[in-house]
Amino acid sequence: MAFLDRTARGLLLTELLSGMWLTLRYMFKPAVTLNYPFEKGPLGPRFRGEHALRRYATGEERCIACKLCEAICPAQAITIEAEPRDDGSRRTTRYDIDMTKCIYCGFCQEACPVDAIVEGPNFEYAAETREELFYNKDKLLANGDRWESEIAGNLTLDAPYR
Amino acid sequence: MPKLKVDGIEVEVPPGSTVLQACEAIGVEIPRFCYHEKLSIAGNCRMCLVEMEKSPKPIASCAMPAADNMVIKTDTPMVRKARHGVMEFLLINHPLDCPICDQGGECDLQDQAMAYGRGDSRYGEMKRAVKDKNMGPLVKTIMTRCIHCTRCIRFAGEIAGVEELGATGRGEDMEIATYLEKALDSELSANIIDLCPVGALTSKPYAFNARPWELRKTESIDVMDAVGSNIRIDARGAEVMRVLPRLNEAVNEEWISDKSRFACDGLRRQRLDRPYVRHDGKLQEASWPEAFEAIRARLGGLAGDRIAAIAGDLACAESMVALKDLLAALGSPHLDCRQDGAKLPAASRAAYLFNSTIAGIEQADAIVLVGTNPRWEAPLVNARIRKRYLMGGLKVAVIGEKLALTYKIQHLGAGPETLAELAAGHHPFAEMLKAAKKPMLILGQGALARADGAAVLATARQLAESCNLVREGWNGFNVLHMAAARVGGLDLGFVPGNGGRDVAGILDGASSGAIEAVYLLGADEIDMARLGRAFVIYQGHHGDAGAHRADVILPGAAYTEKNATYVNTEGRVQLARIATFPPGEAREDWKVLRALSDALGRRLPYDTLAAVRKRLVEVNPVFASVDAVAPAGWGAFGSAGAMGAAPFVSPVRNFYMTDPISRSSQTMAECTEAFVKPKLGVGKPDAGKTGTHG
Repeated sequence: MAFLDRTARGLLLTELLSGMWLTLRYMFKPAVTLNYPFEKGPLGPRFRGEHALRRYATGEERCIACKLCEAICPAQAITIEAEPRDDGSRRTTRYDIDMTKCIYCGFCQEACPVDAIVEGPNFEYAAETREELFYNKDKLLANGDRWESEIAGNLTLDAPYR
Repeated sequence: MPKLKVDGIEVEVPPGSTVLQACEAIGVEIPRFCYHEKLSIAGNCRMCLVEMEKSPKPIASCAMPAADNMVIKTDTPMVRKARHGVMEFLLINHPLDCPICDQGGECDLQDQAMAYGRGDSRYGEMKRAVKDKNMGPLVKTIMTRCIHCTRCIRFAGEIAGVEELGATGRGEDMEIATYLEKALDSELSANIIDLCPVGALTSKPYAFNARPWELRKTESIDVMDAVGSNIRIDARGAEVMRVLPRLNEAVNEEWISDKSRFACDGLRRQRLDRPYVRHDGKLQEASWPEAFEAIRARLGGLAGDRIAAIAGDLACAESMVALKDLLAALGSPHLDCRQDGAKLPAASRAAYLFNSTIAGIEQADAIVLVGTNPRWEAPLVNARIRKRYLMGGLKVAVIGEKLALTYKIQHLGAGPETLAELAAGHHPFAEMLKAAKKPMLILGQGALARADGAAVLATARQLAESCNLVREGWNGFNVLHMAAARVGGLDLGFVPGNGGRDVAGILDGASSGAIEAVYLLGADEIDMARLGRAFVIYQGHHGDAGAHRADVILPGAAYTEKNATYVNTEGRVQLARIATFPPGEAREDWKVLRALSDALGRRLPYDTLAAVRKRLVEVNPVFASVDAVAPAGWGAFGSAGAMGAAPFVSPVRNFYMTDPISRSSQTMAECTEAFVKPKLGVGKPDAGKTGTHG
């Protein structure tokens, strides 16, 4: 009986037809793939992407060189040096993140008491050389300026759960 | 001996102990802010509350004398509630600015709030803010953080002996301030930074530079004076970030002088980081082989007695023994470690040691200071004398300058004639010395580093014998050194050999041409102009006077950059440890000398530090016992002669700049501006004035 059954299905192409039927059904459903560089998927407010150093609305940089991010960083990707600025306030003279070391755990932004270092929504910063991934303070502050509205929006959205 | 029970454990403590000390004795930790072992008891922070049976309320354990049959409980609901309450009150007005506070990570308030606090606050009102005070170039103040433990006030009044700090106002309005808004004028002022349990007083030069968890800690020895203070060097990467005191009851207790603490920024400036050779009158960068070749070319055909060596004040014992052996191999008897020309004999150890020991000062009951200003030459010896003075019954007399010391002194006279009078027993104070149980004579370099130094030493010895300073179990004859290298050099016999010249002789010889090559091992305090046309080799770590005159510079290591042996003024052998590596091409000093000996074809017989240390012990067995003081036998020393009439003057004119490291330090330059120049009447016209001057 098994032989007859298999032969009948083979001759009548039922398997092929069921496969075609499945394909036909998916043609009328919404697509699950993205046309990536032109289309992008949704990101949660907690998405941990490229780092940025934020500023206050006055333009004053937030970072106070407390070095908690440097201490918490499990990959030891952050290097900070600090000294008193001319007005006597505590500021960094150097804030480097080695993005090739970073494991994107987000501990740095958890540790930051002033929400200065954050992992923003940007994930498109692939580079051709390693050197381009050694971020310094200027680069991080520029990131902060570029992404401030998105970062601020994400922080507001996430605030109730913190 | 009161016997009491702490947490069910019976403990017996010495009479006069407090309940807190009894708890410590069995290892129960009591939180505290105002209590400090070395200061008087204030009892105002209330953090040390414990429960005592039959007492209706908790007691402050730091201020309660331990008594028989007390039953103390340190971990009951009552005690916990009391601690929670005190901590909550302390935090009411304490700003929560730990992220920008330099004390963060090593803060007593932070630690104890975590361990004993309730974890949250019920206080929603406005916090108090206090104006910061100006305490000079060393201490940074953020007075809003102050919790009024008054440790700093008690330190200034009791240990430093400058009653310039105080509290004004009461309750919430209480503020700590220098009364006249001026810098705290003490050589020990920066110890209040360590004492402050919060971040109200922090180090100004170190402000915001590093966090305690980033630092690599090395236990070492200080070389800024001859006390040999025990220090901890905190380094980050290749830089020494700060120097902190380390507890050693026999030497520095737990204080260090401001120079020891802050001169470390001089280690970054003016460093010699590669060899130099002078070509056509100009120093030019060279490699080690080129520098050695230049030395070999000049020294090669030279007779031994035309070569001389002078060791400086920061030289370690290892480098001195290597240089001594090298000179012996070259056949030169001309070497000296007393670059100030002090007439100290190396033959008798008792003649150049601080025989009573620094801790021994606490037993003395009469002290004569001759030609020394201990406040500037050895601030910690001065602090010991003040400690003894506060115990009562101490008479201090001074022969030399009229000094402003931190205790009452009797000025006997200015110069040698008073010393001679005292030695002959014609002076009334001689009777005082004879009657004293443990009298001390402290002889400074101001009395010895002069042409008639040997005669002064002989007279001092005569005084020691006529007034019976040296008795059974007590040696009251003390020489107070200023150079960390000096006692080590004398112990090693780094003094002229048979027919050798001393420093003055070497300089005369160099001017006249009798000495053709001079090896300076970090010697910067000699008159370089008198080196004449001699070929000068300078081995050291800073581009100071010696390096400017040198024909060949060999870069060496500073005290934080080598494993080295130093002997302090008491004759205590102590080991300094390497905290950072020497910069650039610079190498440890004994290794430089070992390599040079190879280049000169006179190879020294040691290749490892252990072998050099073995050689040290061979030369003098005292180097075998580290951190111990062996009493030196009383022997004949000094040569009687006529003493001059010139008064004794302390050689230190500026406490903050006495050696190449402190002279390169920016912090020490600021201190000179703030503390020394106003006294000399130079600098800014209003410097040193308090704001009340018209």
